[in-house]
Amino acid sequence: MKVSAVPYVALKALRRNKMRTILTMLGIVIGVAAVITMVGLGQGASSEVQEQVNRLGQNVVLVFPGARQLGGVSIGGGSANTLTIDDARALREEIPEVIAASPEVRSQTLIVYGNRNYHTRVYGQSHDYLQIRQWPIESGRMYTEEEVERTALVAVVGQTIVEEVFEGADPIGEMIRVRGVPLQVIGVLSRKGMSLMGSVQDDIVIVPYTTAFQRISGRSHAMVINIQVYDEHSMEIAQAKITDLLRERHRLAPYQENDFTVQTQEDVAQAATETSRIMTWLLASIAGVSLFVGGIGIMNVMLVSVTERTREVGLRLAVGAKSPDVLLQFLIEAVVLCLLGGIGGIALGVIATEVIATYAGWPALFSTEAMIVAVGVSAAVGVFFGFYPAWKASRLDPIEALRTE
Amino acid sequence: MAIVELKQITRTYRTGSVAVDALRGIDLMINEGVFASIMGASGSGKSTLMNILGCLDQPTGGSYHLDGEDVSTFNKNKLANIRNRTIGFVFQSFHLLPRTTALENVELPLLYSDDNLSWKEIHNRAMHALEIVGLADRAKHNPNELSGGQQQRVAIARALVTKPKILLADEPTGNLDSRTSLEIIDIFQELNKQGLTIFMVTHESDIARFSERIVTLRDGLIISDKKVVPIQAKTALANWKEQEAIELENEVTL
Repeated sequence: MKVSAVPYVALKALRRNKMRTILTMLGIVIGVAAVITMVGLGQGASSEVQEQVNRLGQNVVLVFPGARQLGGVSIGGGSANTLTIDDARALREEIPEVIAASPEVRSQTLIVYGNRNYHTRVYGQSHDYLQIRQWPIESGRMYTEEEVERTALVAVVGQTIVEEVFEGADPIGEMIRVRGVPLQVIGVLSRKGMSLMGSVQDDIVIVPYTTAFQRISGRSHAMVINIQVYDEHSMEIAQAKITDLLRERHRLAPYQENDFTVQTQEDVAQAATETSRIMTWLLASIAGVSLFVGGIGIMNVMLVSVTERTREVGLRLAVGAKSPDVLLQFLIEAVVLCLLGGIGGIALGVIATEVIATYAGWPALFSTEAMIVAVGVSAAVGVFFGFYPAWKASRLDPIEALRTE
Repeated sequence: MAIVELKQITRTYRTGSVAVDALRGIDLMINEGVFASIMGASGSGKSTLMNILGCLDQPTGGSYHLDGEDVSTFNKNKLANIRNRTIGFVFQSFHLLPRTTALENVELPLLYSDDNLSWKEIHNRAMHALEIVGLADRAKHNPNELSGGQQQRVAIARALVTKPKILLADEPTGNLDSRTSLEIIDIFQELNKQGLTIFMVTHESDIARFSERIVTLRDGLIISDKKVVPIQAKTALANWKEQEAIELENEVTL
């Protein structure tokens, strides 16, 4: 048989039954679209998580105070007063891998500017905190180490503060009052967006930790120490050294548990990523089921079609078609159905993802791999589910087939 | 020269333990260029004989030489090639592909040809075959837009497109009215004059009268094989009007 005639014959047969072709394809279209959409949204969510983790800063290690024990019962991690300012200083000075360490103290408080006031979070941080967080200054400057040393009354504010308190005007040089303490605004932070937990990170006032501890919060212990490690490869060793140093400083005996927790951004990220990964798989497998159902639809229609077209097959055999010619024709019909369905499914999937992403406000990510896999799978579905009907057609006896009414 | 030579052909169908002898020893020699009819009642074995002649079925015993080759020993693939190249089929119910133009229906056997013709060649040959049956102007029409006679002519064009040695027609006029039947027979006679060997299975003796040799089967055996002077379909068509008028007159007198 002429080679180019095989696909020609198959395509002709599909065109002869447009309605059936379209309806059969629909199953695959929906299956592939579901896979593309689910994977797209899932990956979008994962990448969003990843990005938020990156926004956390680079090579960041967080040290939280340990859980406070009350009669042998933990009342929550991070509630104990075990981390001091001196701990932070020691970490920075004694561990070579640590290039920055900022003892953090937070206060939810009211800030006053002229006749306006606004409820926000005031953070006490070291001068290198912005370096840890990879957070550039938009205008003005960050306070210096020297200013931290002398408990300077200065503040750096986030974008939300500029909008809410200063109504977009340039705040540099202005005075704000926090719990009666006058602070001069010396810098404005660039926009940072949402955090992993979904809070607005720009709603922030950063002051030297000395000022925060002594004048604003009244606390003496750090809520967390933000640490930046020299590079990615030093993370593990740095973690070990931090643990050792803090155990030594806290005079913990070998049998005692740590009274602090060392976490890396990866630890935080992993939990978040794992969740979104599970979701992606869950959605993709549901979508996969619909693709499978679509494949069974193809087999069903192809089987009916073989029965319905028995006379056609008989005639083809009578005029000289060989079994493999008929087999190939029906197989190509099934594969073309699936491939067209796959392409249609990609189009529909992309549109559906865009629509869902727009309405739900989720980011969507289209991976070429998902599309290639989807089309590959649909072609495989075609071969797999198309083979049995095609084989059945090719085994028909021409005499019997011609006699069928 | 004999184009078909059957020697002691038998065909037995087995369904479980029951064996039915459809053909019980057929000897038949047909020379090239002959227009032969095979007649017989239902169950006489004429369809079985036709299937064997058409290489759709293999005999249980005996030998079948077609155009000098012993096709009773051929495998399925070789038989498919013979059906494609040497034999043209015309069926009672036309067997045209629906929703497919006349031209594409005629092209069909060429698609399965091993000659690897170009698309242009396939197209031209199919068009030429349609011209032979006088339907070139209907090339783009689908079967449902054609009359029964026209559909059968498309089927004949399809049978001719591979330039076969013999044409096998299985009750070619069974689904047609008398006048259209004559038109189809006329085409057969024209083709036969140009040298094509034609086998026609029929149970109507007035249709068989248009062929030059009538082979009659009963219970799987040839009971008569006679040469006759065929009636010319052209003459019958020319006289058609009068015949119709006579019939009408008869009805009036009754």
